Parts: sequence; C-alpha cells; structure tokens
Amino acid sequence: MALSNQQVTEIKRARSPLARQLDSGFVWLTGMFAVGVALVLVAIAVRVGWEALPAIQQFGAGFLTSSRWDPVEDIYGALPQIYGTLVSSLIALLIAMPIGIGVAIFLSEDFLPNKIQRPIVFMVELLAAIPSVVYGLWGIFVLIPILRNMGVALNAGLGWIPLFSTRPTGPGMYVAGVILAIMILPIIAAISRDALVAVPPELRQASYGLGATRWETLFKVILPAAFSGIVGGIMLAMGRAMGETMATTMVIGNANKINPSLFDQGSTIASLLANQFAEASGLQISSLMYAAFVLFLITLIVNVLAELVVRRVRMKV
Amino acid sequence: MVRWVAPASLCALTLSLTACGGGQAPSSGPSAATSAPPAAGGAGLAIKGAGATAPYPLYQKWFDEFSKANGVQIGYESVGSGAGVKQFLAETVDFGATDSALKDDERAKFPAKRGKAIQVPTTGLFVVFAYNLDGVDNLKLSRDSFCGIVDGSIKTWNDAKIAKDNAGVNLPADPITWVHRSDGSGTTSIFTKHIEKACPNWKAGSGKSVEWPTGTGAKGNEGVTAQIQQTKGAIGYTEFSYAKENNLKMASLQNKAGEFIAPTPDAAAKALTGVKIPEDFAVSVPDPEAKEAYPIVSLTWLLLYENYPDAAKVDALKNLMKWAMKDGKAVATDLGYIPLPDEVATKVLTAVDGIKAGQ
Repeated sequence: MALSNQQVTEIKRARSPLARQLDSGFVWLTGMFAVGVALVLVAIAVRVGWEALPAIQQFGAGFLTSSRWDPVEDIYGALPQIYGTLVSSLIALLIAMPIGIGVAIFLSEDFLPNKIQRPIVFMVELLAAIPSVVYGLWGIFVLIPILRNMGVALNAGLGWIPLFSTRPTGPGMYVAGVILAIMILPIIAAISRDALVAVPPELRQASYGLGATRWETLFKVILPAAFSGIVGGIMLAMGRAMGETMATTMVIGNANKINPSLFDQGSTIASLLANQFAEASGLQISSLMYAAFVLFLITLIVNVLAELVVRRVRMKV
Repeated sequence: MVRWVAPASLCALTLSLTACGGGQAPSSGPSAATSAPPAAGGAGLAIKGAGATAPYPLYQKWFDEFSKANGVQIGYESVGSGAGVKQFLAETVDFGATDSALKDDERAKFPAKRGKAIQVPTTGLFVVFAYNLDGVDNLKLSRDSFCGIVDGSIKTWNDAKIAKDNAGVNLPADPITWVHRSDGSGTTSIFTKHIEKACPNWKAGSGKSVEWPTGTGAKGNEGVTAQIQQTKGAIGYTEFSYAKENNLKMASLQNKAGEFIAPTPDAAAKALTGVKIPEDFAVSVPDPEAKEAYPIVSLTWLLLYENYPDAAKVDALKNLMKWAMKDGKAVATDLGYIPLPDEVATKVLTAVDGIKAGQ
C-alpha cells in the first residue's frame, strides 16, 4: 500500500523546524567530512608534488628509468625502487590471493559449526592488528632463517632458473614478499568473506533449486556475485603492500639494484623513503619526494585498473 | 609526508632503545655520587636538544645523571645529525648535536641575533668491523682486505688477501656478506671518510649515505648488529659501543703506519692525541698517522648559541659541559666512547664560557 503524494507532504510538515534543521545540519556535517578527507588527499599530493619540483626539473622522466641513487654526487633515479615495489607486492599478491580467498570461502560456507568458525574469523582479522615493526622483527629472527634454508636448497637444485639464480644470504625480495603476503592476508580474507556473506541467499537457493551442486553454486553463482567486493579487497591489499614501510625495510636488504633472482636484495620506494628521509637535504629530499609522488601515481593507476576490471566483469555477468 | 615518516623511525628508535637500554643500566653508580652539588635556581628548568644518533646512548646517560644531580631537565631527541643542525638553525632547540662539523653554508644560515654558532666536541667515537665467523676470533684485516670486502672484489672468506694476514686460522670457503647501513647516518660518514682515504679503488665517495657497490643494507646500528648476528659469514660496520654491547667479534685493522690495531678505546684515543685543534674544533682524522692509532675515529659535536634569552639556561649549559668533561668521562669510557684528551677538554670549556644571556 503506497502513500499518496499528499500524505507524504503531510508527514514532512508534521516535523518540527528544529528537527529539519538538525537534518540538514547533519547532511552538511557529513558532507564536510567527506569533502575534507578528499581535500586532505589533494593537499598531500600537491605538497609532495611541490617539494618534488626541483628533482622533477632536474631529472624529468629519466628519474623513472635511471638506477643510480647516489647522494654523494647528487644523482638520483628510482628504477630499482619502482621495480622492487611492484615485484614485492606482486609476490605478496600471488601468495595471499589464493590463500585469502580460500580462507574467505571456507569461513563463509557452513563447513564449521559457528562456535569454531567465529574464533577463526577473529584470529584471521587479528593478523591485521599486529604492528608492522613486529612483523619486521619476526621476519628477521624467525622467517629469514627458515626461508634462507629453503632458498639455499632451491638455488642448489634449480639455480638455472633466473628466479632462483643467486644464493640467498638472508634478507631479500623473497622475504619481503612473504612478509607482505602475511600482512595483507587478513585484508583479503576479511573483505572477501564479507562480500561472500553479503551475496543474497536467494541466489544460492535458486541455484540449488535448479539442481546445481555446492561446487557449481560456489564457483558459478556466489563467487561471480561477490567478485567486485573481492577485487576491492585485493586492491586495498595491494595498496597496503606497496606502501608498507617498516617491515619491508627490515627484511628486503635495501640494495639499490635490479636482479631477476628473488633471493637477491632489493628495495622499495617506501623503504627508500624510510631509510633516507631523516638525514637527507637539498636535492635528495626533492628526489625522495619525487619517488613518493611516483608511488602515489602507481597506487592510483592500480586502483583505476582495478575499477576497470570490476566494470568489465560486471558487464559480462 | 614528513609527519608520516617520523613516527615510523621513532618507532624503530624506541624499539632499539628498549633493546639496548638493558645492558647500560648498571653503570650509573660512581659518577652520580661524585657529581657537582645542585646549582642554585636550576630546579625546574627544561633544556631541549636534538641531533646525532651515534652518541645518543652516551647523551642519554649523561643528561639523565646530570638531571638527577642538578634538577635541570634535559630532553634530547636523536633525530639524526642533519635534522639536528636544521632544528638548531631554526632555533627550535636549545642545542643541536651533529656528527659532522658545521659547513660554511650552514653557518651562513645561523640567525644573527643569536651571536655566533659555538661548536664544541663532546666525545670521540670509533667505528669497527664486526663479523660473524665460527672459529675465527681475532680476524686481522689489511687495507687490501677490507677495501676488497667493502667494494665487493673479495667474495669468499678464504681469499688469499685475507689468508695472508691470518696465518694458522682456518678460514672457511663461505661467501662474505657485507652489511652496511641503509639509512643516512653519521656512522656511515665516518666510515666512508676513512675508506675513501684508505682504498684507492673506492669510487662511491663519502657521506651520510653512499651508493654501495655491494652488500645488504640494514636500518640503524641495531639493524646492522642483528643482521651480523643472524648471518654466518657476515661482516659490517657499527659504532664500537653497539658491537661491544652485543658481544660481536671485531676485526683488527691495519692503519696508515701498517700496524694491525685491535679496536679498543685506548687505541682509538691515540688517533686524537696530538692532533692540531682549529678554532671551530672541526677536527677530522680520516686516516690517522700515529703508529698505534686505531684508524676509523671521529669526534661528535654539540652546537650552542652564543646568546641565550634565558640566563638560567646559560648557567645550566655551562654546568652541563663542565660536568661532562670531568665526571662524565667515566660514563663515556664505560659505554665505549673516547673521552676527550685533557688539553682539548680545557679548550672546550673556554669556548663554552663564551655563551651568555641576552639577545
């Protein structure tokens, strides 16, 4: 039974002027918050860009393709860092994506009684609450000794593959990748699980009703329906991986080089900033700002790409 | 961005402090008992400084003990030499601290109403090669050897250049892992200044951070220390105090005269004795000549203003320096720093007497 237009206006009229003012005040307030956050982002971008200007003028686009970072001669290029940022987050995604989505599926289906499922969900989410410096320390003292032994074996057996071609000495790209994977796992798992749980139960029931098995329902109905949420989670995780600073700095080895071998040391834009910002001056600061700006852009590009992927899949579905 | 990075490094700092605080705690006894009676009117005064990280363990201890004896609060933030100089020039602190003497362009930025910048050394510090190698306790490194390790031309421990000076020692065929600082630091500056002088093939120059031709970078003295402890076959450079505290093995180095010198505060002090002191105390001994001197040594400085708005601060700073040059010596030796030779300390106190109240 729908209300007629007249009835609606009568309901509106019945409200006191104070209530209406409160209403519009609330809209304004929340609007200001939203705009404020956007403004902060713009302000940061502008400021970083402004500070980077001397380096941009000096090095131009060559900054992106040069691999020298020499504070003594004041020559800067960030290719190894850009490479390191992308590769370390890619390793992290490759490990964390299947595991995270798997965890999300397991915890969103009714495989387990609620009593057991709840604590597991909670514990996965708790992974996100560990400070990154703790991850870094754990990486140095626990993960590196384990991974190094595995790495030495891989290098001895499969050293002819470029990915394993150097002998691991401890810190390196592979450790950073694994640490980042653990750090972004809860983001992927939690957001994917929310997306899966939010799929309307009618879809599932309809699918069962048409005679689909659980597998078919899961992969042909539930996952596609939750796809945009899952991709959103993955993108958030990728952003986190690319910007992660402390843990990466502690385990990546901080060497200014590009080597296809995962066992070699590398560095990321974030680790470069963390390392050099405190004692930098002059052109070095501008170059660090330039690098930060590049990181900004990479994150933006990744997010735009993600948005495109989501739209495309939605159109197909 | 600045605000964003600072908490991260602070975080690391607090962590390193808690990690290294433990071993230093017991040494408080004797010097606190002998310190000067509380200065009149000093109670409740707060003095703020910022700068170098290398002497931080010493400053922390010094300021703590001085505060207890005199009731003057001295806060020191170890934000790094570069940031320390910046804050000093911006007048946001009462004193700065730096590992590399003020440069001319920095002096030019000094605010005129504060008179002139007074730069005084507080202590000497020295940098060691710390390593992790089973069964090798007294590694000797000739100039050829350590230059080769640092530039990556020597790759394994049983290299002929290293073996030559370590007769009878069973050097393994393991690869050498060179560990250096990844963050900008005064320690790196001291270290690379020596390498630049001692190694003819060194191309990366010297500075707070350089482009390392080889090796793994670790953040902070504590990061390098952890890396060395974790990795068999690793060798890297740290402040003596950190290596000592973490019981790392340290190599004897060949100095300019060709002698192999073990890293001890005594040997390091020899690098500073007899050196001519210029008026701004900017002594630099990148490659000391003395026969018994340990080669990688430097001073670290405090930066003071000539004019302070507050007479109480002037008195407190003068008292602090007097105390540090006398009672503070024991603390410095305890922690592995080099107390200044007496003749230098006297000159420092004369210079500090030049600070005064009034704009």
